[in-house]
Amino acid sequence: MKYLDEFRDSERVKRLLKIINSIKLPERVRIMEVCGTHTMSIRRFGIHRLVEDRVELISGPGCPVCVTTVDYIDRAVMLSELDDVIITTFGDLVKVPGTRGSLSTSGGDVRVVYSPIESLKIAMDNQDRNVVFLAVGFETTVPGIALTVKEAMQQGVKNFYILEGNKIMPPPIRALLDDPEMEIDAFLLPGHVCTVSGYLQYEFIVREYGKVAVVSGFEPVDILLAILEILKMVRDGKRGIINMYPRAVKPHGNRKAMDLVYEIFQRADDTWRGLGLIPLSGLKLRNRSFSAEERFELPKMDSKEHPLCLCGEILKGKARPDQCRLFGTACTPDHPIGPCMVSSEGTCAAYYKFQEYLR
Amino acid sequence: MCLGVPMKIIEVNRELGMAKAEISGFIQNIRIDLLDEVSAGDYVIVHAGFAIQKLNEKDALETLKLIEEIFFDDEVSG
Repeated sequence: MKYLDEFRDSERVKRLLKIINSIKLPERVRIMEVCGTHTMSIRRFGIHRLVEDRVELISGPGCPVCVTTVDYIDRAVMLSELDDVIITTFGDLVKVPGTRGSLSTSGGDVRVVYSPIESLKIAMDNQDRNVVFLAVGFETTVPGIALTVKEAMQQGVKNFYILEGNKIMPPPIRALLDDPEMEIDAFLLPGHVCTVSGYLQYEFIVREYGKVAVVSGFEPVDILLAILEILKMVRDGKRGIINMYPRAVKPHGNRKAMDLVYEIFQRADDTWRGLGLIPLSGLKLRNRSFSAEERFELPKMDSKEHPLCLCGEILKGKARPDQCRLFGTACTPDHPIGPCMVSSEGTCAAYYKFQEYLR
Repeated sequence: MCLGVPMKIIEVNRELGMAKAEISGFIQNIRIDLLDEVSAGDYVIVHAGFAIQKLNEKDALETLKLIEEIFFDDEVSG
């Protein structure tokens, strides 16, 4: 397929690798990727091994399911237990364990949807019940959810709500850069998040923190090209932000999509698993009548993560999955204990799937 | 859930804001309301049933040209 095959071409991959591995650097460059699809792509193609002499690739908080708090899961499970509620959700969330079980064991009416918009049809087909969509995801996912809410408004759908959990990417990057224990030289910026939001809002990485940032696509050639540009800048002592995925990413992103997002949502403080409360990192509905939180008056949860699960540290890049005592033994994709093992984009799932633990 | 997939537009229904899109022989109905202009033959990135951006051929070719330049420089210097 056009735009895909050219960026998977093995000849280009080999030549880029040869150039990357001939760059002279005083020490390995620490690059964090903050997108679950990058994590998957890097592990699937083994890119981290191919560049390991020059680069340490660290996975950050890029998997939306993984950064969702256990408190959110508990509220979703509680809602699913109500007789008059149908939960609609992306498939990844269903198996994430909460304090007392997951959506898959709650016994409630939980329906997996591919697109949030399917929730509206379910709401219209079930007028005597309430449909709650579990709204998680970053800038890539939010425009579709915003459009779904807008259509619910326009069509006067009265039995549709969302459980607000959407988040945006720049604030956690700032939080990681403010953490004195984090040693990151450069960021691989999330290509599809930037497709929607643009990349100009990441200039603070360069201006305020003096680091390097490169927008990258998801094919092996894209990722290697981005890594090469990062290494060249580090070698030459340059700081900057470069877009190496221009076929999809414009400086301002998709304005129509972002305008819609902020027509429906406004920024609010939000809690991230592993990172804690981050100012203005979440999105809340402007029109509260579509908020499940308002409609169902949920009690305060006494939520607890599994005491041994290292997911939070892994999301900050401070621990690797194989350093977790549960990894690959008690916690596997079939019996996940933490969200990093549940989502296919989770760091633990990627490690497990591509057999990192056997090395 | 965060996967964006490049797909080729086959047929556009502007009134409904929908299109049929294809990847590897798999055809799917997608929403195109988040984009201004979409026509059959365009490539788009699809995320959770919504096209979130059109892929730009000129920019794709520019990137491939840049790669060729990197290879050329490497050969000259190496």
